Amino acid sequence: MADEALFLLLHNEMVSGVYKSAEQGEVENGRCITKLENMGFRVGQGLIERFTKDTARFKDELDIMKFICKDFWTTVFKKQIDNLRTNHQGIYVLQDNKFRLLTQMSAGKQYLEHASKYLAFTCGLIRGGLSNLGIKSIVTAEVSSMPASKVLPSLFPSSLIPEIEATQTGLIL
Amino acid sequence: MSRPAQRRPGYPKINKDLFVLTYGALVAQLCKDYEKDEDVNKYLDNMGYSIGTRLVEDFLARSCVRRCHSYSEITGIIAQVAFKMYLGITPRVTCNNSSRNEFSLILEKNPLVEFVEELPPGRSALCYCNLLCGIIRGALEMVHLDADVTFLQDRLKGDSVTEIGITFLKKPEEKKYRRKK
Repeated sequence: MADEALFLLLHNEMVSGVYKSAEQGEVENGRCITKLENMGFRVGQGLIERFTKDTARFKDELDIMKFICKDFWTTVFKKQIDNLRTNHQGIYVLQDNKFRLLTQMSAGKQYLEHASKYLAFTCGLIRGGLSNLGIKSIVTAEVSSMPASKVLPSLFPSSLIPEIEATQTGLIL
Repeated sequence: MSRPAQRRPGYPKINKDLFVLTYGALVAQLCKDYEKDEDVNKYLDNMGYSIGTRLVEDFLARSCVRRCHSYSEITGIIAQVAFKMYLGITPRVTCNNSSRNEFSLILEKNPLVEFVEELPPGRSALCYCNLLCGIIRGALEMVHLDADVTFLQDRLKGDSVTEIGITFLKKPEEKKYRRKK
């Protein structure tokens, strides 16, 4: 499908555009990530609406996460998530060993610090999707070696919030 | 209750939605960031330009088009191959003047505005699809053709069709001459 290239290029331009305008102005790094994440959020909301139109009701959280890993990821990034882990208390770890938005970058350590820019949109995408499925979540991402990425959506019923926020502190994004 | 297995159908289209929605979110964000419509238009055009300069490689690699010998041929390729490939539509091509360097692409349907009801209030000068102009301009420049690309009509602004005007800046005669030499 040809329009994949179009999306990849648009995404790259969005990232560089947001960061360029930050360089000129007063906005700091965190704001850029938020901006990209918010755009992703809106897109995720829209996508999941169109996506789940013909699917039956989901059984539980895990079922939803499986849907995100398989169908959602396949249509957006042309492959499934490689590894899904969970602690059954609302934290899920999605691992993609060949993340589409990073494959065009050099595989070494050189640009590792820039990788988080290219994950913000995707984090928003998942958060938006989940939010329209009725789940509030915090989604963070980390990259330890180049084309691989881990996305960590933490879903929480309200009682679990403090615990999850504690887990957030150690993460890169 | 288990879900039926056929979740597949109708998926290829979703991918276009990803692009269209992403673009929508981007324009919305730009409208928040910039007060003047002209700034948003310029930003989109610049963005399109850098996309176009890269996209043209992807296009040439995929499409295997042959060398073009006239401006009308080039415009035809843009309309019939490039638009078809990336947006799934085929705009109509018309030539506007006798020196044959001004062309119009007329889009009856524009997938980019599929989810757009109307321009936001107070944003009447916004060229929502200005990215397209930038992309065409950037791509043409990469094959050594300077061109002006602008929106002449826009459905979102109340016109009956969307029309993109392409003006090639060099005279076609010169080019022919050089080629024969």
